[in-house]
Amino acid sequence: MNSQIPSKQNFTKESLKKQFRLSEFLAEKIISSVAFLSIAIIFLIFIFVFKESLPIFSQGKESVKTEIQQSAASNDKPESYGGSETSAELQPESYGGVEKEELQPESYGGVEKEELQPESYGGVEKEDLQPESYGDVKKEDLQPESYGGVEVEPLVADDNSAESTEVKEEKSNSIWDSLLTADWVPVSENPRFGLLSLLIGTLKVTIISMLIAGPIAILAALYTACFASKRTKEIIKPIIEMLAAFPSVVIGFFALMVMATFFQDIFGYDSRLNAFVGGIAMALASIPIIYTISEDALSSVPKTYTEASLALGANKWQTAFYVVLPAATPGIFAALLLGVGRVFGETMIALMATGNAALMSANPFESVRTFAATIGAEMAETVFGETHYSVLFFIGSLLFIFSFGLNALAEFYVKGRLIKKFQGK
Amino acid sequence: MKDIKIQVNDLSLYYGEKKALKEITMQVPANKVTALIGPSGCGKSTFLRCINRMNDLIPSVSITGQMLVEGVDIYDKNVDVVNIRKKIGMVFQKSNPFPKSIYENVAYGSRINGINDKRELDEIVETSLRQAAIWDELKDRLGDSALGLSGGQQQRLCIARTLAVSPDIILMDEPASALDPISTSKIEELVHELKEQYTIIIVTHNMQQAARTSDHTAFFYMGELIEMGKTNDIFTKPEKKQTEDYITGRFG
Ligand SMILES: Nc1ncnc2c1ncn2[C@@H]1O[C@H](COP(=O)(O)OP(=O)(O)OP(=O)(O)O)[C@@H](O)[C@H]1O
Ligand SMILES: [Mg+2]
Repeated sequence: MNSQIPSKQNFTKESLKKQFRLSEFLAEKIISSVAFLSIAIIFLIFIFVFKESLPIFSQGKESVKTEIQQSAASNDKPESYGGSETSAELQPESYGGVEKEELQPESYGGVEKEELQPESYGGVEKEDLQPESYGDVKKEDLQPESYGGVEVEPLVADDNSAESTEVKEEKSNSIWDSLLTADWVPVSENPRFGLLSLLIGTLKVTIISMLIAGPIAILAALYTACFASKRTKEIIKPIIEMLAAFPSVVIGFFALMVMATFFQDIFGYDSRLNAFVGGIAMALASIPIIYTISEDALSSVPKTYTEASLALGANKWQTAFYVVLPAATPGIFAALLLGVGRVFGETMIALMATGNAALMSANPFESVRTFAATIGAEMAETVFGETHYSVLFFIGSLLFIFSFGLNALAEFYVKGRLIKKFQGK
Repeated sequence: MKDIKIQVNDLSLYYGEKKALKEITMQVPANKVTALIGPSGCGKSTFLRCINRMNDLIPSVSITGQMLVEGVDIYDKNVDVVNIRKKIGMVFQKSNPFPKSIYENVAYGSRINGINDKRELDEIVETSLRQAAIWDELKDRLGDSALGLSGGQQQRLCIARTLAVSPDIILMDEPASALDPISTSKIEELVHELKEQYTIIIVTHNMQQAARTSDHTAFFYMGELIEMGKTNDIFTKPEKKQTEDYITGRFG
């Protein structure tokens, strides 16, 4: 080229002038707007869910007052699912053929019968109303919540309506007092929205499934990353990853039909569907996720660490456990978190395999009802604007907040400490 | 023959079909520094990794011939590779401290050998770091991550880590190739001090370094051992033309 010619100036203002590159500019803008859009959408979804749950904060006082009246008026057992003798005694939430006159349709704040205009969207006459009676099922056929032909013990609430009335008169002034109880009886004359048993249930299932899925998935990942030959790895990895795409309804079905019986034979517990069975089924669902991400983390640990360790006279196991595993801690931790998130929000398996009874108990072999399953099961049956509806949305926000909180905690606190512990300051 | 540490007989190594080492026969004297020199790709690292069987990690490698360490063939079926590596330590070309604290890096080798007593470990860590001439620099920050150290410090830490398991033989693959002159001279001094207790084999591209630090020098070319002898002899009156050309930089 003519670089030898001294008179030619290569660095002129013109040649170095800032250029506007349209395609670069557009690409950059599009990518960033997509990123922000997805953040905005998540945020908006949360806002929506939370907004729907707002009424429970404002209406707390009224609903409690009316609740008291109601429970005083009706002293029989309103929330006895399927446990009553005759259809005459049947209360409205007994999904089945109820006599019209006795109907107290969905009165979540007990107003007196005469005043009641339940669910009259538009002017429906009271007599026409058949609240929640999906078809005219005979009462005998009705076994609410018993999936797969299993008998679930009827959930009969303690006969404590009289006592609870007094208790409520004394204290409950806000919705929180009601939410922080153990009774989840959303559909009844005296509805109670205690979230504690749901919380316990969710935690129980999550803990059980993580205790099972975590070690299995991480050990499997360690095996494929550190021990398996290349050929074996090429076979195992895609197969386990394929499991991640397994429809959860199929896993739930399998748990319901096969695993539940199998484990009942082994452990001999009473309720066939319980937290343990649900936990195992969810472990099946979360193992592929934890496995895939941990495997990636373990494989990306530099080979030089492995070599250094082996050169010091460590055997393969020591190298895998004391060098590779700690070096991959952040990735494995992220994998476990995703697993927790999956279990936490898993709805179909929870519906099918956990028994769906909101019980307060630490026993892993009792039925449980999880947050997600509660929303899944009840959302379709609630009435827009009712307390029940709002509470379900409140549960939805809780799920949101939990997973946010979990991630934030992991990001800022646990991860830092783990890294410090395993990798020095 | 008490001061022959390693006796290599007709050792050949194949990467798949490709013959990377061709019938190497040599003797490495005990408690001396032996330098391996030669152009890039001639098989120095490959040979070094044969001595502590690091090539076992590469599936395509096959080896024929004998590698006798104190008379024992380390490629014998009954020899445990883990025990070999405990006796024959290695410092890599690229420093590779673990992503752990400085202390844990040095203590690692002892821990996997079952030493868990805090006081004993403290002692091992201190003496190893002192031996590697890095104790004074690091003694106040033993809890810090080793990855935060400079390249030269990391390399000396890796040497300390190797010393901590008290091997017999130390293999060094261009330990100073990425270091500044000061760190390099520190490592050279270190090598000089260490040879009293250890047999050292060091790969280097730096002729001065080979001349300064080693007692014996082996010249490799295209997978063959061309010439081996006292460093002084190799550098002043080499027998082979190729050696002379390489040393004087007239290679090609
Ligand atoms: N893992 C491997 N697979 C196949 N061939 C290899 C492998 N490692 C090294 N080789 C080949 O073996 C020969 C010797 O390589 P080696 O690394 O021993 O050279 P070297 O003398 O250490 O070179 P340098 O001075 O550049 O480090 C080279 O031709 C190289 O291409
Ligand atoms: Mg090399």
